Amino acid sequence: MDFLRPASWEEALAAKAAHPTAVPIAGGTDVMVEINFDHRRPEYLLDLNRIGELDDWEVGEESVRLGASVPYSAIMDNLRGELPGLALASHTVASPQIRNRGGVGGNLGTASPAGDAHPALLAAGAEVEAESVRGSRLIPIDAFYTGVKRNALAPDELIRAVHIKKADGPQQYSKVGTRNAMVIAVCAFGLALHPATRTVRTGIGSAAPTPVRAKAAEEFLNAALEEGGFWDNGKIITPSVAKQFAELCSGACNPIDDVRGTASYRRHAVGIMARRTLTWTWESYRGTAARTEGVA
Amino acid sequence: MRVSFTVNGRPQEADDVWEGESLLYVLRERMGLPGSKNACEQGECGSCTVRLDNVPVCSCLVAAGQVEGRDVVTVEGLADFAKQREQHGGCASEASGASAGPGACGTPLDAAKRWEARPSDSQTGEGAELAPIQQAFIDAGAVQCGFCTPGLLVAADEMLERNPTPTDADIREALSGNLCRCTGYEKIMDAVRLAAARQGEAV
Amino acid sequence: MATDTTADGARATAPVGTPTKVTQGSRTKGGIGESTLRPDGTLKVTGEFAYSSDMWHEDMLWGQILRSTVAHAEIVSLDTGEALATPGVYAVLTYDDLPTAVKNYGLEIQDTPVLAHGRVRHHGEPVAIVAADHPETARRAAAKIKVEYRELPVVTDEASATAPDAPLIHEGRDDHHIGHVAHPNIVHRQPIVRGDVEAARDRADFVVEGEYTFGMQDQAFLGPESGLAVPAEDGGVDLYVATQWLHSDLRQIAPVLGLPEDKVRMTLSGVGGAFGGREDLSMQIHACLLALRTGKPVKIVYNRFESFFGHVHRHPAKLHYEHGATKDGKLTHMKCRIVLDGGAYASASPAVVGNAASLAVGPYVLEDVDIEAIALYSNNPPCGAMRGFGAVQACFAYEAQMDKLADAVGMDRVEFRQLNAMSQGTLMPTGQPVDSPAPVAELLRRVKAMPMPPEQQWLAAGEAADVRQLPGGLSNTTHGEGVVRGVGYAVGIKNVGFSEGFDDYSTAKVRMEVVGGEPVATVHTAMAEVGQGGVTVHAQIARTELGVAQVTIQPADTQVGSAGSTSASRQTYVTGGAVKNACELVREKVLEIGRRKLGTYHPAWASAELLLEGGKVVTDGGEVLADLVDVLEDEAVEVEEEWRHRPTEAFDLRTGQGNGHVQYSFAAHRAVVEVDTELGLVKVIELACAQDVGKALNPLSVIGQIQGGTTQGLGIAVMEEIIVDPVTAKVRNPSFTDYLIPTILDTPTIPVDVLELADDHAPYGLRGIGEAPTLSSTPAVLAAIRNATGLDLNRTPVRPEHLTGMA
Repeated sequence: MDFLRPASWEEALAAKAAHPTAVPIAGGTDVMVEINFDHRRPEYLLDLNRIGELDDWEVGEESVRLGASVPYSAIMDNLRGELPGLALASHTVASPQIRNRGGVGGNLGTASPAGDAHPALLAAGAEVEAESVRGSRLIPIDAFYTGVKRNALAPDELIRAVHIKKADGPQQYSKVGTRNAMVIAVCAFGLALHPATRTVRTGIGSAAPTPVRAKAAEEFLNAALEEGGFWDNGKIITPSVAKQFAELCSGACNPIDDVRGTASYRRHAVGIMARRTLTWTWESYRGTAARTEGVA
Repeated sequence: MRVSFTVNGRPQEADDVWEGESLLYVLRERMGLPGSKNACEQGECGSCTVRLDNVPVCSCLVAAGQVEGRDVVTVEGLADFAKQREQHGGCASEASGASAGPGACGTPLDAAKRWEARPSDSQTGEGAELAPIQQAFIDAGAVQCGFCTPGLLVAADEMLERNPTPTDADIREALSGNLCRCTGYEKIMDAVRLAAARQGEAV
Repeated sequence: MATDTTADGARATAPVGTPTKVTQGSRTKGGIGESTLRPDGTLKVTGEFAYSSDMWHEDMLWGQILRSTVAHAEIVSLDTGEALATPGVYAVLTYDDLPTAVKNYGLEIQDTPVLAHGRVRHHGEPVAIVAADHPETARRAAAKIKVEYRELPVVTDEASATAPDAPLIHEGRDDHHIGHVAHPNIVHRQPIVRGDVEAARDRADFVVEGEYTFGMQDQAFLGPESGLAVPAEDGGVDLYVATQWLHSDLRQIAPVLGLPEDKVRMTLSGVGGAFGGREDLSMQIHACLLALRTGKPVKIVYNRFESFFGHVHRHPAKLHYEHGATKDGKLTHMKCRIVLDGGAYASASPAVVGNAASLAVGPYVLEDVDIEAIALYSNNPPCGAMRGFGAVQACFAYEAQMDKLADAVGMDRVEFRQLNAMSQGTLMPTGQPVDSPAPVAELLRRVKAMPMPPEQQWLAAGEAADVRQLPGGLSNTTHGEGVVRGVGYAVGIKNVGFSEGFDDYSTAKVRMEVVGGEPVATVHTAMAEVGQGGVTVHAQIARTELGVAQVTIQPADTQVGSAGSTSASRQTYVTGGAVKNACELVREKVLEIGRRKLGTYHPAWASAELLLEGGKVVTDGGEVLADLVDVLEDEAVEVEEEWRHRPTEAFDLRTGQGNGHVQYSFAAHRAVVEVDTELGLVKVIELACAQDVGKALNPLSVIGQIQGGTTQGLGIAVMEEIIVDPVTAKVRNPSFTDYLIPTILDTPTIPVDVLELADDHAPYGLRGIGEAPTLSSTPAVLAAIRNATGLDLNRTPVRPEHLTGMA
């Protein structure tokens, strides 16, 4: 095993180009577990800790460019307003110690269906900024997850940042685990209201081979909200709409039975979380809508 | 490979480090600092918690090579670290760019690098000068087997630095990454409350 | 004497981390009954306390174990050539390298191979061991050992184990249980029959039956199995290790090594928790074999993954219960069958069976019972000792039955229990009278009388729900939706000490002398301090009995006689009793010296009632006769003596009758839970406990034990379970990622009400306390969840899928 310590982003890209099998390590919260338990012996470890810009974020007009290594704790502390869904998701990640080290780049790189950030990214809308010596590109989040622990990165690419749409409405995130802290998701659900476009987006974790959006549920809800004039009248969403939305979210799951939970429980729980997060976000929207009437 | 970094204020160096070794392994097996504990080596128990450039992390999940040139505080240096902090007016005004983010406080990196932990040659621990959180753990009966204790102390000390008047829920959240199998956590709660109260009295 | 021949010159140089004596000075002068602080507390908070995994020796090697990847197989071939040829590798050993004819070990039945011999019987069984200069070198070498398995059908439950054509886990059994079991895949069977169940059933107005399942729990101590073996010049070995019973280890290790016991010198290293999981050997023999083979110190440290394979677990169980009651709420009869899965090797299974059977009734008056308990051999992971063994499984079931019966009768659940509660003088189903206080009804009364925790605490902080106070916690699953509160009660009974005729004794060596102008007592035992605070209590006893401020606790090792196991809630009773006894003998000798030297100066010296207090010899009236310093001068007084509790006897193999137990311990719990009934997530809000401890030698430690035991009971109620694949018998969750133990956010406040009713047979009237709180915690939580959800929950742990009908 070789330990590569690039001092700059350019050096890191060059190293990855030279050694496409190199495993990037930033927070180490996935990679080191695999090394400690002898599950993985990469030829090269590519340390990204020295590259300061990966720890920075920029808040733009439309989106936040979040450096791949910005730790979850920094997201919670600094980006609650811009990225409320991701901040909530960050709070559910493992433990304070892990949140101090782990970041979204690692979650994306590992691309585990159980990664906590994914449902929030899917719901908010995001693009992954991947870069190699060949150049840089933005991968839409919907196209990023390609299989169980597989992603759209080319072997010579590294994740530089994630561009996440700034919240234009309430966002929520829920995760089910059999413990009240420090638990890997049995399943998770993210929901974002986008009043600017009068749409909703969802994200489901740990209930399919990859993180997925519940697109049929989104379409149903978009239509129902439009039809009922809900975005304007700010009425309480009818129970039957919430129920059908929840059922469609359950239906978007393609889960398995494993030691963390059963497939049927995962479907069930996603439905409950969908209904609850819809209620929470909509209540919040109704509150803010009342205050910001005429502004939007 | 060779790895050099600062531990408890002293420059340390390790040679022939295998690239897959963790910071925890290097501390325990190469630097004679076994206080940080190896309970799970998967980031689930917090018993290996140290401060890396002031931030509490699981040292089992930090690759040794990532620590090159950085600053580590372990339980062995906690008493001196706390004393240093007290002498510099607690967490009041010395926050630096190296700390956990806006609003964070603690010993600034450059200040941390100036101090040294006392030599630890005591066999029995009698007469040792302790950090307030260490004394509180003893006084409250928060130590049984003690294997989780070093990690809890580092985590709890850091929480009290950030939040001198925590609610019970704050304490539980801050320590939710540290498993204890002996105490049922009640005495640990007592210890942190006690340390917070004593800290409050001292101000 | 043997111990004298092992002169220091023959011993290896002491490694870094060798325990040193701990002297506790004048800051804590307390005797028994005071909450004195731990003598090892300072070392533990500074990180200087040396645990077994902290040991380090110049030039040491690292040991690695290769374990079976399948549960049941014949080993067709085993090739270590490539591993041995790896640079940095010093030894690779297999069964063929074992030095003597003794190749097995075991607590009671020596059925466990040191290294597999042609066959593996469970997933993770040790097959070969490697010593190398770095753990990674050892791991890589172990991975190069080629093992070819031919898989055999697996036995995983009672049906597959006792089928007529079932593969035998152990062929040619010759242990002392084989004569009374119906099938060679049954380790031991204990029936208990008393009264006439059939006749009693006729008196019942209500009969309630239940089938219960108890999952496999792991001790999950945080300090991994580890230790250091250092070869010595005399051909022996010095072993530094974390264990619960040094002498039991020694008895099993020495014959395998082919060494006399005095050449295997064991020292207790710091123990990072135990809870039963260190009663069996783990890496001890392997480290010694590698050290003796290579001539170098060898350290072995399991990682968490390996730890799940490296020790026995709590027996999973199936329990079938039938109870009857009259319409006025009196129990009529009980019939039960308890099937414990012992896994591939016997470990403590026979004793677990004895406890499950003899405590199957619980703390109730029941004269007509028909009980059967068995333990199976299977290809599941071996199971053995864990806190409260046998009694924990039974309590889960009988307490569920009590609720069902109370409901059937239409009585309050607590009142129903109180009506049927045993008391001093009650006959156990074994015919043994309970001859010390058994305040079962009172404990229930106390725990019920505690104030209830406030409702909806998640709203207390402000207008937004504080998710930390809600089911799901930080995961943000509910802001109050679906949350229902439930309350449940349970009470249990646990035996204290080793039972069924076992010669249960402890040895203590106590020395008194003047050091630096001050009288100092030194206590030396082989008691394994695993965190429980035995060392604190020993110092307190010495202060109380010998009137000194300074007490030195010597490290536990095999240079002193056995202290028995740190298990069965027995150490304060038995080793504490031994320390007390030795102190009394020392006191007599000191007084003899005093009489000899100073007796003529004061007539009171002739009195039998002299005491040692505050460093002085005093009369019972408080008159000071002399300073201990002046009595002792440069003389030292030392006593090493064994001490036993009252003998017990075996249970009759047909009727289960016999005075099998020494003492009983009782605790009651009230659990208050909040359940998110839609998601099946549970938040335990409070777990109140009332326990009779006889006499609290150290109240702070007593409460710590009760809270810790309570929390382990909570864990098995809602999350902890080793999941074994029913088809392959392989463990599916050997990590802290998927074997979950409670975090501080899962653990509620645990108010404790301590009752002190002396047991006149025990030292200071004390009662063993460590296990009882683990019994009733689990059924109390389950009862509270049933109360909240209305579900009939017959298994533990209950996970979200069980609470939502999605299992």
